[in-house]
Amino acid sequence: MSKGEIVMGALAPHPPHLVYAENPPQNDATSEGGWEELRWGYERLRESLSDRDYDVIIVHTPHWATFIGTHFLGVESFKSLSVDPIFPNLFRYNYDLNVDVELSRAIHDNAADSGLLVKMMENPDFRIDYGTITSCHLVNPKWDKPIVCISSNRSKFYFNSEVMQANMIKLGEATRKAIEASGKKALLLSSNSLSHRHFTVEPEVPEDMSKEHVTNHNQYLWDMKMINLMRDGKTKEMIDLMPDFTEQTVAETEAGCLTWLMSALGFPDYKATVHAYGTVIGTGNAIVGWDPRKAKI
Amino acid sequence: MRDDNVRKGILVPGLPHPLLCPEKNEGWQRVRDAYDEARKEIEATDAEILIVYSTFWPSILGHQIQAFPEPEWTYVDEEFHDLGSIDYKFRMDPEFAELTVDKCKERGLHARTVSYYGFPIDTGTIVALKLLNPDNRIPAIVVSSNMYANRAESIVLGKSIRDAIDSSGKKAAVIVVSALSNRLHTVEIDPKEDKIHSLKDHEWNSKFLEYLGKGRLEDVSQLSRQFHNEARVPKVVSFKPFWIMASIMGQNNLYDGNVLAYEPVWGTGSAVVTMTPAEDTAGDLEYDEDDPEFYKGDREVLDFYDQPEMGSLEEANGH
Repeated sequence: MSKGEIVMGALAPHPPHLVYAENPPQNDATSEGGWEELRWGYERLRESLSDRDYDVIIVHTPHWATFIGTHFLGVESFKSLSVDPIFPNLFRYNYDLNVDVELSRAIHDNAADSGLLVKMMENPDFRIDYGTITSCHLVNPKWDKPIVCISSNRSKFYFNSEVMQANMIKLGEATRKAIEASGKKALLLSSNSLSHRHFTVEPEVPEDMSKEHVTNHNQYLWDMKMINLMRDGKTKEMIDLMPDFTEQTVAETEAGCLTWLMSALGFPDYKATVHAYGTVIGTGNAIVGWDPRKAKI
Repeated sequence: MRDDNVRKGILVPGLPHPLLCPEKNEGWQRVRDAYDEARKEIEATDAEILIVYSTFWPSILGHQIQAFPEPEWTYVDEEFHDLGSIDYKFRMDPEFAELTVDKCKERGLHARTVSYYGFPIDTGTIVALKLLNPDNRIPAIVVSSNMYANRAESIVLGKSIRDAIDSSGKKAAVIVVSALSNRLHTVEIDPKEDKIHSLKDHEWNSKFLEYLGKGRLEDVSQLSRQFHNEARVPKVVSFKPFWIMASIMGQNNLYDGNVLAYEPVWGTGSAVVTMTPAEDTAGDLEYDEDDPEFYKGDREVLDFYDQPEMGSLEEANGH
């Protein structure tokens, strides 16, 4: 068996607005569009994947928050309705997905070996979080690949960002080892926004783009700081800054997804491709790809 | 008992253990038994509507109020999924939910009903309604907990709900779903070994329960900020449940408090407490903070025009 590999890692945020704006048949809500910059960014990310063969999508999601360790989906398939608890007017999505339980369990076991507290989720009635569904839909609308879904352990709340990062670095390493041992080719998704202070009101027409902007300039400046570090291949510096960034912008990086991704990719020193930056109800969202082939150039 | 449209206020915890596996820990069973006692207290009133405020249901866009007539699902908790699935079917009061939204808007709040098949009702609400209203004898509304809301907005939300109760002419019971201290054990434990996560959490829980036992609801409300700093893992900006409960129930200390249980559930301070309007009880009152009637948005630091009067400055000569 050949060695498995990560074919690409991506920052793939999950505002349900982007699915809503695309009007896919799975979503009950309909829109007139909106957030094109980000949706076209996802289009560019999909194009960048079009010549890459991969077997599985591994997604780390903020919206499956766990406090007792990190959990992994451990059931072969799920089919149900996902209704966003914050934006139910926009996202009522009928999903039907498959899970690579073998790889899921391999990452689980590797993480346990590295000292992390982990658990398999084996209840077939479990409902998949909308963050996972949104990121996976926008990257692979055909849903023709199985997924591995990893919960976000909220050690940041119980300890601090540094503890969270230390755990996520271990989890990233465990993920990479499991992929390599599996012989599979994997696409990794960090399903999170950057700055994350929302508006607390919604326009009458949610897709009214005349109302969309970043919540405050501070968030914009911090988002640009982080994105420029990605563009420059300075991901270790980005991770070092992460606790301050998270604190200053109530960033969704608090969930650990991006730290996990950087660790799994070995802290890339090659340039990331920024496919888009835009805001959704005031939060900062970037769609960014890391292609390990660039490391070999 | 004082004649009040709010017949009863009830604090209950929201983790699923007392519903799904009370037998695994004597304390969890006592919480379950206390739920049953609280249910009997509700049934002994003529309450016609249950107002559920759940800290397990965060919202961002103002305040959301559940209005789907008969939400039904098979639910699995995202943390404690190994405890099993929960089938539920509840009865909501859409008309009362709409009325509450109207009252919220009249007081300047951003609010809306949510009425969608499959909406993910939260663990805390499910546990509370399954145990306190198992036959759906009384219709309910469920109110979200806005993660950004601080005291003023929460007080106004409570008053808006009270407006809806009074204008409807209905008698109500208010159910607040929240732990006291909320620090979970972040490792697997033997259920039999469960304990409050820290002595400090236990001391603050005990302080609050002493006040609640004396009917001092408003005093507990006034201490919420302190409690948030001392005994809460700060997942949200503030500890709101007693602001909401006191605001709905009249911002006073005129209650008979009944602490039915206080036990650890996976480390959290889990209490079942009922508050019944009384003619007079505790005389000690602590009114430290302002009492807003309308929500005008967050005040900025430099919004001098809306600050409390501070009096004129001293003259240069000190007079």
